[in-house]
Amino acid sequence: MSIKAIQEEIIDEFSMFDDWMQRYEYMIDLGKSLPLIVDKYKTDDNIIKGCQSKVWVHAELEADKLVFTADSDAIITKGIIAILIRAFSNQKPQDIIDADTHFIDEIGLKEHLSPTRANGLVSMIKQLKLYAVAYQTQLG
Amino acid sequence: MLKVTNIRNDFPILKREVNGKPLVYLDNAATSQTPQQVIDVITDYYHNYNANIHRGVHALSQEATDKYEEARAIIQRHINAAKPHEVIFTSGTTHSINLVANGFSSLIKKEDEILVSAMEHHSNIVPWQMLCERTGATLKVIPMNQEGELVMKTYHELLSPKTKLVFCNHVSNALGTVNPIEEIIGAAHKVGAAVLIDGAQAAPHIIADVQALDVDFYTISAHKVCGPTGAGMLYGKEEWLKRLPPYQGGGEMIAEVTFEKTTYADLPHKFEAGTPNICGGIAFGAALDYMNHIGFDAIAAYEQELLTYATEQLLSIEGLKIYGTAKEKTSVISFNVEQIHPYDIGTILDKLGIAVRTGHHCAQPIMDFYKIPGTVRASFCFYNTKEEVDTLVAGVKRAKSMLL
Repeated sequence: MSIKAIQEEIIDEFSMFDDWMQRYEYMIDLGKSLPLIVDKYKTDDNIIKGCQSKVWVHAELEADKLVFTADSDAIITKGIIAILIRAFSNQKPQDIIDADTHFIDEIGLKEHLSPTRANGLVSMIKQLKLYAVAYQTQLG
Repeated sequence: MLKVTNIRNDFPILKREVNGKPLVYLDNAATSQTPQQVIDVITDYYHNYNANIHRGVHALSQEATDKYEEARAIIQRHINAAKPHEVIFTSGTTHSINLVANGFSSLIKKEDEILVSAMEHHSNIVPWQMLCERTGATLKVIPMNQEGELVMKTYHELLSPKTKLVFCNHVSNALGTVNPIEEIIGAAHKVGAAVLIDGAQAAPHIIADVQALDVDFYTISAHKVCGPTGAGMLYGKEEWLKRLPPYQGGGEMIAEVTFEKTTYADLPHKFEAGTPNICGGIAFGAALDYMNHIGFDAIAAYEQELLTYATEQLLSIEGLKIYGTAKEKTSVISFNVEQIHPYDIGTILDKLGIAVRTGHHCAQPIMDFYKIPGTVRASFCFYNTKEEVDTLVAGVKRAKSMLL
């Protein structure tokens, strides 16, 4: 599935919720249920700095696709990470580089991606794209 | 007795909604809200007498200069400084501290020691680290205990003739602890050390009498006392301000300039280079007038009542732990709920219209001491109510049930 198609799917899912409570409860559930990263990758090197909640990201190339794993010590942040990973992981680096993140607006989580919000998600997206650029160069 | 309903009417912002809920503003330790009386002073300045000060011959410039100097006199009276020129206008506490730290660069030697408390804001740690890097002096830390109180016994042991400076906040921003600054100042003076007290968090609750305290430097930010951001003051004893070199060069701070030599202006202008935040300074004075009109005794009594009530109510939540349980505290409560990240609680509270601060509160060493990533901090002002405390408690309970 393309990044765009996955994003449309996520927008569809969120359109079923009536209010913020339901959206947040869903995200909290995602945050609780998903083991996102192997412990050995939860290293200080993989921490995105300057955030209130710790965010770890790890990237690995499998064939021609980039697989992301990530985690956070804050559950809401982890829920949003789960959504981002679902959209961006297991995709070709060039597609990740080209992808936009407007779907976060559409599912009512815009405030979490404000560059001034100290939750690390903006830095995390930047990091995902940087990994994609690095691996794209490697693939040639 | 405070008439909270009347007081709340002075603050237009308290009537707004956030996320469809009435705003419950409990982030007063970060910045306090501004009453209409102060907003009117700001508007009046730009409507009627906006001009550059101290240099014009025209009427507007003279009016602005008079008001600015009146504000200095208000601050002088408020802290009971002996002379108006011992009050230096700055952009806030951070600027004040940097001004002093920079000034001491030329007075501190390699073998000297500087003491700083373990519960400082980053703005009262980093400038001294920079000073120590420049001079080779040693920075030593006055430790704190589990309750969030300074270990005074160790403080007295750390003091020696090598100690040249002691820095401490009057009230901790992260924990609300009121520090025993009289004892800190007295003991430091016995070994000949100068003392700077960061009064940013104390100013909204306590009046510091700088002469009675015999403090060498004391700083306040206007935005913590119902004034605007970007304005503040540094009090310094005249003898110290005369000894310290100027911080920034520029207009206003000079007496005479030739390419060979510049002589500096007298106090306070020596430390007030360039066009200052004129409107901010005037509004700072108006904000202190506003708070004094309500009365600091009444404010302190009411806030203690809110603190006691909020502490009891929050502790009724299972798994909630309060950090900072000093005997003497201002109306600040730093807490966590077991197994929940403070950021998550803050996010849910925001959705409920409740503004709190989460994180390390620019006091990372305190968080390291307690081995926590941060806390949720609710800080109360005299315009907050017990009903708002109830809303906070209900909000934390709701967040807990969603997050656990």
